Amino acid sequence: MPVNSADTAWLLISSALVMLMTPGVALFYGGMVRRKNILSTIMMSFAILALVGLLWVLYGYSLGFGPDKGGIIGGLDWFGLRQVGQEPSSVYAITVPHLAFMVFQAMFAIITVALISGAVVERMKFSALLVFSVLWLTFVYCPVAHWVWGSGGWLSRLGTLDFAGGTVVHINAGVSALALAWLLGPRKGFLEKQPMEPSNIPMVTLGAGLLWFGWFGFNAGSALTSGGLAASAFVATNTAAAAAAFTWMLLSWIHRRPSLLGAATGAVVGLVAITPAAGFVSPVMGIPIGIGAAVACYYAMLLRAKKMGVDESLDVWACHGIGGTWGALATGIFTSVAVNSAGADGLLFGSATQVLKQLTGIAVVWTFAFGATWVLGKLVDVTIGLRVTTVEETVGLDISQHGERAYGGMLR
Amino acid sequence: MKKIEAIIREEKLDAVRTALEASGYCGMTVSEVSGHGRQGGLTLQWRVGEYKVDFLPKIKVEVVVLDEDLPRTLNAITSAARTGEMGDGKIFVLPVDDAVRVRTGEEGENAI
Repeated sequence: MPVNSADTAWLLISSALVMLMTPGVALFYGGMVRRKNILSTIMMSFAILALVGLLWVLYGYSLGFGPDKGGIIGGLDWFGLRQVGQEPSSVYAITVPHLAFMVFQAMFAIITVALISGAVVERMKFSALLVFSVLWLTFVYCPVAHWVWGSGGWLSRLGTLDFAGGTVVHINAGVSALALAWLLGPRKGFLEKQPMEPSNIPMVTLGAGLLWFGWFGFNAGSALTSGGLAASAFVATNTAAAAAAFTWMLLSWIHRRPSLLGAATGAVVGLVAITPAAGFVSPVMGIPIGIGAAVACYYAMLLRAKKMGVDESLDVWACHGIGGTWGALATGIFTSVAVNSAGADGLLFGSATQVLKQLTGIAVVWTFAFGATWVLGKLVDVTIGLRVTTVEETVGLDISQHGERAYGGMLR
Repeated sequence: MKKIEAIIREEKLDAVRTALEASGYCGMTVSEVSGHGRQGGLTLQWRVGEYKVDFLPKIKVEVVVLDEDLPRTLNAITSAARTGEMGDGKIFVLPVDDAVRVRTGEEGENAI
């Protein structure tokens, strides 16, 4: 196929949009932690932006998308971008340069790893986070991306639909976050119910805004062409974010007052839930998907905080794990071939089989992500240790891990 | 000389400053402080549920006055800072041994 200019332009712009989501996650998370840990929290995402950006061109892309090995993993044939050039690939995004598709996927890998950091803020050693990130990208992200999106991947052959990453990105990161937080243990003071006051809610909102903005690249870019399907996914994305932000705001209002932190969180979970569905459902279905996401994630968060007693600090599991699960399931309900001929007809259009295929994908990724993350986390724990010392934690990770602080002191 | 330390509501700073200036004291030191007396803390929202903040933001005004001016300055601050609700604050009075004006080196009562 010859290169199509419009498709290429859209995919390159989309890649840049998705890139901006990772600093967005950094600010979103940074504003939710205590003052002494803002910088270290932002640094986690920013360092992953650099680290995974390197690993992806070296071997990550090849493992995820390279020539199939038994439906499980890509081979190393594309190591260091060998055979990945200006000509389109024969199997992925066949109207754009292969490099454009590769870099689009790089941004997905980066943000998925960065998402997990929300579970471990304020206590995980920076060096341990880096080592864990390398292991997790290699042994969890690359295989799962291959299963769902890789040419010949076994879940894609099974017919699990995931337009932009409900399973690969959100369930994967969310469930892994829960496992890692469990291994790492709670922050000092968590069990004593010491208040952990968010340091900067405007910064959280700026981060949520950048995420919302970048998500147009994430979802509409996943059409991989610049035509009607991209527009449809774009509108579905915005609709779901709006519905979920508004719903969460109402939930907080019923309980007490309309909360900005709540509305920002709602927007994010709406975006999470529409991710797998964006290019398979009619845009107006963003409304039930968004409302469902806000309700499901709100109560998942309550359950995590009140019943599970695990300090999964910034609720990556409740937002991405549960939001992604609802989205993957909703894809099976609302998908329609009238929207995307490459999709299927869901429950709403008279076919229950797609729901079963979605449930399979959900169950597989939940199980694999939890188990593999547990093993990798344990490995890092027994070798270099996952946690900072109690003193370092008390002082705050900004100073103890990075020798910097977010805001200047008294003497200007 | 006496030092007055008045812990007051944030929103009462302007009224207290005006009252002090009307009593002839235009020099003062103001800081943002946190604390609580009988009023207790504040309940805020997290993404789900709530958390309690034990210390509330207050303003501390420090001013040093002549002994004979103490009753009327105390009176001026008290009436300017009062709402009648809990959390109006507290005033402490401390003896001051000496004072120095840095620019001129003047000491004692001349320095304030």
